[in-house]
Amino acid sequence: MSNPNHGPDAYLREEMLPEMPPPPRETGMVKWLHENLFSGPVNAGLTVLGLLIVWFLFDHFYPWFAHSVWNASSLPECRKIIAETWGEGAGGACFAVIRERWNQYIYGFYPPGLYWRPTLVFGLLFVALAPILFSISRNIRRIVLLTAAIVTVLSLVALNTPPIWLGVAVAIFAVALLVAERRQMWLLGFSAFYPLLGVWLIWGGSFWWIIMILAGMGFGSLAFIIAGRLSPLLAGSSAIVVTLLVWVFLSGDAAKDAENLYSLAIARVDSEAIGGFLLAITIGVAGITMSLPLGIVLALARRSDMFLVSSLAVIFIEFIRGVPLITLLFVAQLLLNYFLPPGTSFDIVLRVIIMVTLFAAAYMAEVIRGGLAALPTGQYEAADALGLDYWKAQRLIVLPQALKISIPGIVSTFIGMFKDTTLVAFVGLYEPLKNISDAVRANIEWKGIYWEPFIFVGAIFFIICFSMSRYSMYLERRLQRDNR
Amino acid sequence: MTEVPLGAEQPFRLSMLVYDRRYRSMTFQVIVFILVMALGWWLVNNTIRNLAALGKDFNFGFLFQRAGYDIPQRLIPYSSDDTHLRATIVGLLNTILISFMGCIAATILGVAIGIARLSNNWLFARLMAIYVEVFRNIPLLLWILIIYAIFTDVLPPPNAYRGDDPQWSMIFFDQVALTNRYTAVPAFGMSNDPGTIDLGARITVNLALIAFLVVIIGGWIARRAILARAQAIQDRTGHRPVTWWINLAVMTVPSVLLIWYFGLHLLAPELKGFNFSGGNNLNNALVVLWLALTLYTGAFIAEIVRGGVLAVSKGQTEAAFALGLRPKATMNLVILPQALRVIIPPLISQYLNLTKNSSLAIAVGYMDLRGTLGGTTQNQTGRELESIVLMMLIYLALSLIISAGMNAFNRSVRLKER
Repeated sequence: MSNPNHGPDAYLREEMLPEMPPPPRETGMVKWLHENLFSGPVNAGLTVLGLLIVWFLFDHFYPWFAHSVWNASSLPECRKIIAETWGEGAGGACFAVIRERWNQYIYGFYPPGLYWRPTLVFGLLFVALAPILFSISRNIRRIVLLTAAIVTVLSLVALNTPPIWLGVAVAIFAVALLVAERRQMWLLGFSAFYPLLGVWLIWGGSFWWIIMILAGMGFGSLAFIIAGRLSPLLAGSSAIVVTLLVWVFLSGDAAKDAENLYSLAIARVDSEAIGGFLLAITIGVAGITMSLPLGIVLALARRSDMFLVSSLAVIFIEFIRGVPLITLLFVAQLLLNYFLPPGTSFDIVLRVIIMVTLFAAAYMAEVIRGGLAALPTGQYEAADALGLDYWKAQRLIVLPQALKISIPGIVSTFIGMFKDTTLVAFVGLYEPLKNISDAVRANIEWKGIYWEPFIFVGAIFFIICFSMSRYSMYLERRLQRDNR
Repeated sequence: MTEVPLGAEQPFRLSMLVYDRRYRSMTFQVIVFILVMALGWWLVNNTIRNLAALGKDFNFGFLFQRAGYDIPQRLIPYSSDDTHLRATIVGLLNTILISFMGCIAATILGVAIGIARLSNNWLFARLMAIYVEVFRNIPLLLWILIIYAIFTDVLPPPNAYRGDDPQWSMIFFDQVALTNRYTAVPAFGMSNDPGTIDLGARITVNLALIAFLVVIIGGWIARRAILARAQAIQDRTGHRPVTWWINLAVMTVPSVLLIWYFGLHLLAPELKGFNFSGGNNLNNALVVLWLALTLYTGAFIAEIVRGGVLAVSKGQTEAAFALGLRPKATMNLVILPQALRVIIPPLISQYLNLTKNSSLAIAVGYMDLRGTLGGTTQNQTGRELESIVLMMLIYLALSLIISAGMNAFNRSVRLKER
């Protein structure tokens, strides 16, 4: 072929050369290895060190894990099985203790016949959280709710739940799944009711108490509406006063009388019986849900123009942050009886929850204060320019942005608080890490078993805390509104 | 039509307390004040009534009674005949000791790991990431219990080091022996001991220690003066005198001379009979707590360091290279000062956390402030109200002192803005 316009061009190449393969050093595995592992002497040294660490860990722990026994009723039996299977002197893990003591690790000393109650509460937690945590993506919400429903119902069946409650559980999940498809914000109603339901199911007692607490709130909102007609300012305070009055003077007697008339009680469970991960999660969830609003209030108070309010907030926050949690738990255990009227004594779990909440709230307040400070002044000025009053400006303009900025800090406070629930061991509660494990070791069958319980409890804490931190990263990405 | 002139004084009405912004905050504060006072009065009143019902009083006199219990690990002389006050001080010093050791070790570990996570080495960076995630997401108490179990269950009794072919051998060039009862480490010995000085209350300090402190602080001040003079000469003439070898000499030569003069040397622990002697036998509770606090806090510090270095934008490095700075100068003059500003505030809170977490000594029986004042003293005297209140106040003071000191340091490295 020749070029028609210019005549024959001897120097023009007629066709493309075939592609040469890239040099072997610049392609595939070799390139990756060269760039990431052996780019220089230091890098190569680090690789060797890393390989040594991996080899050391593998060499020390793999045989132990590989020789693990999952089915035995005592440590000597475990050791016998290991010796029979892998020869005398072989080391092996005895995870049978987890299988054998599973219920104790999960429920503590909760009455075995009533295990379905905490299980149901835990399953419903996901329904209560769905409109809050999984509000962004419909698919994720669907998956979470469906998984929670299936797992919970299957566990309830396995735990011999009374048929009525099985029906209730199935109904709640079915309604929640349907509502979540169309009107997911309606589920917030369930989220608001969930704490009362959870407390009632875990501790038991009469349902009339729950009704009376709700009735107090009902009277309060009635007062809010009536007083609001007279003067908008009276509305809030009169609602609080009426609610408190109903709770203090009416609810107790009314609940007792109603209970005598028609019993709605389920068996009571003592706080001492609550232990294991049930206790850790109860304290954790209660502390998390209460410390966030309290932290917001404290952060706003600390930034307030009112001198007295801000100095009170500063004193509270700095005091709580200046002392170890363990001393606050000792206050809950030993000193609270001094500070309350003679003769009052209330539940140790409740006391611990209050202290953990106050502790987390002080840290939360500082995190949120950081978010408030990071917000450009223009946002505050814009809110003022729009003529919004203080609370409207906070609710509509400031807090949504400040909270978004502080998500990583808030979640790491949550994680820290959940890890700190292990400290309740030192006020005698049966948390899984120390006291339940000690109780397990106190039995002759499992005397001297250390590593397996540690690994089990550590793994569960790791899974929960790690997923919390991953969720916060996901949330951060989803909520990003600025230019990407 | 009436006109209200601007700024005219309106007659005061009661409703203005609520509706007028000038008075509203005052009203609110008065209400808050009354509520807080009422709450305080209620708490104090309850406490008085409860104490009266129990036949107790609020009295710190118990601090001057005989303590009657022993403290294995102590920095100042103490015996069971001493007072509760002295026991409290021994405990406080133990808290400070573990916090100090922990902060230093955790900082070294954290900085090393934080930088290792940024390394180009794929494998090593991943390994460090795993370390950080594992330690950050598992409660500190678990790490304390695991390390304690390793020390009590896995490590041998001292006599495992005995014999020509012992089952266990000492580590770190035959200087450290790990046993299930204590950790034997070398002690300092002096062939020319200058003696001790008595500070009163049976607290003695070796003169050599004072001499070393004086020499180190003096060397540091001298270095500052030399640098200031070099700067002055540079400002005047444009030529900076070479100072590094003078600085090095000022910082090291006096210390070396002192070491030679006092004949300072290490005394390695040796197995004599059933126990190690000659060195220091550190209480395992201290070692376990120190390791656990270091590993746990180190993971947090690693993240802080990594975040700080990543926070300095790449443009800064490129700009420094464009100006012709060498990599070392870029690190020292451009990246580090900016990263430090990001790193220091969260680092302060990690130091505070470590100090507060040292109260988990309860899990291993290390006698810190909580173990003495908030533990045995409180149990023996039955003065839980006084003990716990005092203990909280001491922790609070400790936290405030640490944060004040670190904040002063933070101010000195902070960006000087207009």
